[in-house]
Parts: sequence; structure tokens; C-alpha cells
Amino acid sequence: MRPPLQRYRNILDFALSSLLRRKGRNLALISVYTLVVFVIASLVFFVQALKREAHELLAQAPDMVVQRMVAGRHDPVPLAQVEAIRSIRGVDGVQARLWGYYYDPVFGGNLTVLATEDPALAPDAIWIGQGVARSMRVREGDLIPLRGYDGQSTLFSIQKVLPESSELVSSDLVLMAPKDVRALFHFPEGLATDLAIQAGNPRELPTIATKIVELYPDSRPILKSEILRTYEAVFDWRGGLMVVVLGSAVLSFIIFAWDKATGLSAEERKEIGVLKSLGWESSDVLLLKFWEGTVISVTAFLSGVLLAYAHVFFFSASLFEHALKGWSVLFPRFRLIPALDGYQLTVLFFLTVLPYTAATLVPSWRAATVDPDAAMRS
Amino acid sequence: MRKSTLCLAVTGALSALFLAMLVHARTQERTAASRRQPSAELVKQLGLTDLCLFTEARYTRHPAMADRHAAFQDHPMALDHFPSGSLLAPPAFPSPHAPPPPAVPEHP
Repeated sequence: MRPPLQRYRNILDFALSSLLRRKGRNLALISVYTLVVFVIASLVFFVQALKREAHELLAQAPDMVVQRMVAGRHDPVPLAQVEAIRSIRGVDGVQARLWGYYYDPVFGGNLTVLATEDPALAPDAIWIGQGVARSMRVREGDLIPLRGYDGQSTLFSIQKVLPESSELVSSDLVLMAPKDVRALFHFPEGLATDLAIQAGNPRELPTIATKIVELYPDSRPILKSEILRTYEAVFDWRGGLMVVVLGSAVLSFIIFAWDKATGLSAEERKEIGVLKSLGWESSDVLLLKFWEGTVISVTAFLSGVLLAYAHVFFFSASLFEHALKGWSVLFPRFRLIPALDGYQLTVLFFLTVLPYTAATLVPSWRAATVDPDAAMRS
Repeated sequence: MRKSTLCLAVTGALSALFLAMLVHARTQERTAASRRQPSAELVKQLGLTDLCLFTEARYTRHPAMADRHAAFQDHPMALDHFPSGSLLAPPAFPSPHAPPPPAVPEHP
């Protein structure tokens, strides 16, 4: 082996011996460090994957949704508006959406009831999402009672449970024929919940929205870009989920690194004094401390990132489940598709490995520049 | 065996796993379109606007469709009831990058 390389390996050997002398302390250090990297990386992977899913799936959402506002609240839209909006230049199609929420008093969950005109849906039958089937403990062929506006229950047969792979968008859905939705909620004929609009050219959407508001001043157009931006905001670095978990993780890491940076123990200072009196130069001492810091930080970084990847993509981020679940009874179960971002991994590396390594070098440099005799006596 | 050899072997193994993770992510991304197909079809067919993440309230189930003052939507003094309400940041309306809002004609 070449002498310079041999020198590095000798110093690495010494650094490892030095770490093993304080085995308990350093194992605790690696565990805490790995845990911090694990939490931050899990969050970054989880949020990035959800952002990607939202972006990819909601790209198929309607180009615009038009709501009607009455006294500042969302109100049903007259179906007469469909034809008027369809005649606006640039509008390709208008679909009246009929949907609402149903609170199930038995299991205490909120369902989204949506009308579909799919010809495959049998009369008096419904299609339900996986979350509904799981919560109600029902399956295809079973009958479930839904309590109507008048307190009377209506039995619906479950014709289909929507596929597990679509749970991220369909977990709480109950799909039924429009006439059944109207009967269940006593929803008047001639009204819809809102209108979904498709435009040939997305660049014309602001103009179409302006024309709709001119036609119906009480309407509220919501563009697809606004829908996508809502999800960008939900999973943004600056707000929401990220701040809550990331804030505490970063704070604990700062306290941890600060504790390390504030100084060496008397034993470590004495060790540096002995090494210097044996002929080690300051650069050798710094190299030794650099190796110590690198071994700990790189091991913790790699272990933390790998554990986070397994947690989010193999175990469906089960540790975040309670934070996401909140008060909801019906919670979707989904396997996220990895969406790793090289930039975020690099930022994570520089945010965790470099500060720690620097934090170990600074006090060592201060100790290494002191006279060996003074260092040993201190 | 030298301690440095063992250390380098462990670091090498972890690095290999890290590379395997990147390769796994890339292969998963390649098949992502087909895995998303059932969800994407439902979104298109039913005109869905939101992901089903938080189901406890209207404004957390459909944040994109909710009122802009969602936390107070039931009445002016109705404070936020649910933990997820504190996790959902309000939509960035109006955004500096957003197209200009539709002009509302003045009353005659």
C-alpha cells in the first residue's frame, strides 16, 4: 500500500480505537443521529412522493370547477347554466357533478357520495372505496343501509369495491346512480353540486373564467392550476406537515450538534496533549478528529436514509399515520411510489453530515493548538 | 482483521445499499404510470379534484374545493376543530404567479 494511504488507514485505525474506548457514549450518539436523519429523511421522502402523486393524478382533474356562492357559502348550481357555459368559445365540455358528504352514525366516518352515470352500475347498487369496505366490514354482494334525509334507511347492494391501487383517490367514495343521490339527500331536480369544465386550450381558462363570472356573478371558478397549487401549499417546505415535524427534528439536531461543538471532555483534551507530546502534529490530530466525525456522521446518514426509505415505501410511513389520521375514522391505506429527488438528498447530506463534522473539528482544533504540557495539565 | 478494514467494509455495504435504493426508486418510477392508471382513470372519469387523505371534515377532505376561510366556514366564531387543520396551510390565494382573477362587473 502507498505510504500516504497507509498513513490515513493508520489514523483511521486509531480513530476507531478511540471511538471504541467510549463505546457506550458513541453508540448512543450514532443512535440519536440516525434517528434524527431517519425522521427528516422519512418526511422528505413522504412529502415528495405525495406531492408527485398529487401532481400526476390531479393532472387528470377537470380543467375548471365552477361553484355557486350564496351568502358566502357553496350552494347547488342550476343545471340551466350548463348549456350557457358550454356555448362559451373554448369550452369543450361541461359535466354537472352531483356529490355530497354522508356521515355514517354507526362507525362515525364521513363518506363522499358521488353520482356516476357509468352503465356498468346496476340499479339500486353502489360501488364503494376500500376504506369504506374496511370501516364497515363489508364486501362485494353485501347490503348496506344508508340513512336518508327523512331518517329512513335505504338498502344498497355493493356491486363493486374499487381497486386497492386507487385508494389514494377513492378510499371514502360511495358511487351511486344520480337518482339515488337525489333520493338520499332530497337533492332537488335541476340542480347540481358544481360544474366540471374541460377546455380545449388550457391557456384560455382565465378568459373562460372571466366570461363565466360575467355571465353568473355569484359563481366561483376554481382552475386546475389552483387545485394543484393547493396541494403544493399543503406539502410545502414552509407550511403544513413539513414545518410541524421538520421543526422539531431540526431543533433536536441543532441542540445535539451544539452540545458536541461546545467543547471536548477533559479526557479528550488530555489525549490530544499526549498525542502532541508524542510527536503528532496539529494536522494529524485534526485528521484523527475528522475521521471520528466522518465515521459517525456517514454511518448515521446512510443508516437513517435507508431506514427512512424502507419506512416510507415498504411500510407505508406507518409512523406518520397517527399525525395524518387526526380525528378521521376512515383512513386510506396506500403504498407510495418512490419519488427521490437528488437535490433533496444532497441538501439532506449537507445539512446533517457537514455541520456535525465541522462541530467536531472546531473544538479539536482549539485543543490541538494549545501547548501539549498545558493540555495534559488541564 | 484491522479495524479500518471492518469499518470500510461496513461503509461499503451501506453505500451499496444506498445505490440499490436509488436503483429501486428508479425502477419503481418506470412502472409508476401503469400503477397510477386505475387512480388516474377514476380521477378523469368522475372528475375528482382532491386526494383522499384527511376525511374528518369537508374542508380537509376537499381542500381544493373548500371555502377560502375554511377553518371558520361553519360560522364566524368556529375555530378549527381538527389536528389536520393545523397541518393544512391555506391555499396561496392570490399568488403572484397566478393568472389575474376574473373581473366581476360592477352593479349598474
